[in-house]
Order: sequence, then structure tokens, then C-alpha cells
Amino acid sequence: MVTYADRAFDALGDPTRRAVFKRLRAGARSVGEIAKGMDVSRPAVSQHLRVLKEARLVTDRAEGTRRLYAVDTTGLDEVRKWLDGFWDETLAAFKTAAEREAARERTR
Amino acid sequence: MTEQSMPAGTDPNSVRKVVSVKAPPAIAWRVFTEQMGTWWPLAHYKIGKAQAVDAVVEPRVGGRWYERGEDGSTCDWGRVLSWEPHTRLVLSWDITADWQYDPNLGTEIELRFIPEGKDGTRVELEHRRLDRYGARRDEMRRIFDTEGDWGRILEMFARVAAPEG
Repeated sequence: MVTYADRAFDALGDPTRRAVFKRLRAGARSVGEIAKGMDVSRPAVSQHLRVLKEARLVTDRAEGTRRLYAVDTTGLDEVRKWLDGFWDETLAAFKTAAEREAARERTR
Repeated sequence: MTEQSMPAGTDPNSVRKVVSVKAPPAIAWRVFTEQMGTWWPLAHYKIGKAQAVDAVVEPRVGGRWYERGEDGSTCDWGRVLSWEPHTRLVLSWDITADWQYDPNLGTEIELRFIPEGKDGTRVELEHRRLDRYGARRDEMRRIFDTEGDWGRILEMFARVAAPEG
């Protein structure tokens, strides 16, 4: 059972990848901007971004001829859910569903 | 969490949770048992290879508890051990530490649906017999319960991810 949370931990376990991720804190950046001042090649940065994207830690979008990368909070949300614990998350989801059903019955 | 750091009186073989639901017991029971597929976090709490689309509890003692994949395949999670509508449900949770079904595992989940106020239900959950996980009990306990130490790591990640103000 490999989850997005697992992937996020794996992705951020690599120091270079963490550095790439941190460079997106201030906002969206292109591969060139991320690589500037780093001790890694642009292809290597692209590769790290791909892993971060698969872990849903990074999103990308086209802007003109450039591709910009930004922090995706989905991966972090998954990590948070995982940290909350299996039963906390599951019961919270149940509570939401049961209350929605009760509200629906009341308006019937 | 080590056993020493657990609050006094905590049973290392059991995880307990309580949730207050603004729905009468009959509805809470129905949503839990008949509509599990609508709320169970199937995206990541499932064991089959196929994408899971439903979670099913067969409404009788001895009934199966399983997930159904989008390809129609099913993967058992456990069995219904006790079926007392609107009041009490006991399920076996037969998923190993490696997330495989083992009918002989036999950890147990007891749910009690207790009326609370007007049209409310207090749902008490106990996941017990975690000793069945043997040497991996504490590891599994951390998954089922909150993982305290990881909270600090998450805070760190959250800070890293937050845009610089």
C-alpha cells in the first residue's frame, strides 16, 4: 500500500530534492530559475521535479513558452492525513457522511 | 510512541476513538454499515491491486467485510462478529502488517452507537487484540492511532511548503 504520503516522505528524503522543493516556497519558478546557483544540472532538477510531482508535492503549468513549477499542497495534505492516524481520519470521514445523511432526512 | 510514554492506563493492545455525530443512531448505523463505500478513505486505505470503488459489510453475523475494485474483484478485510442494529457492531480486521488479508489474524473492531442529546450519536470505536500483530504491534498501533513524533516532522514540512511571508 504505497500512498501519496509514503511518496512524499520518500521524495523529501533526498537532500537535493528538498532543496529544489524549498526553492518553490516563494512562488512558481522555471527549471532554469530553480537550477540557478544550485550544484546540479537542469536535467537533474527536471528529474527531481518529476519525482516531487508524482508525490503531489509540486504542480506545473505552461506560461507562454515556459513551464513553471509551484508547491502542490495535495501531497502535504496526504501526509497530514496519514499523521492523523488511520482511525481519526476514517471516523472523521464517517461523521461527515452521517451528518450529511441526517440533514438530508430532515429536509425530506 | 513507546509503551513507557503512553498515558497511564492505556492498553497497548487497543486503540480507542470517540466521535460525536449529529445524526440519530439509526442513521449513523445505516451510513456506517450500508454506505461505507461513500465515506471510507478508499483512495489509500485499501489492499487490492485494483482501484477500490466500494466497501461492503454484509448485514449478519458471519458476513463478509470487503472492498470491491473497479474491475469487480473483491478483497476481504474481515468478518462480522456481532450485529446489533443501531447499537453495537463487532468486526474482525484481518489485514496484516503487510496489508494482506489473513483470515486467522483476528484483530477486532467494536463500535458502539450511543444516543447523545437530541438526534445525536456518540460513536465509540475500539480496535483491540493488536497483540495479534506480534512483534509489529507497536508499528501498527502507530498507524491506527496518532503518530505523535511525526507531528513535529510535519510541522517542519508545512513550514518548508508555506510561501515566505
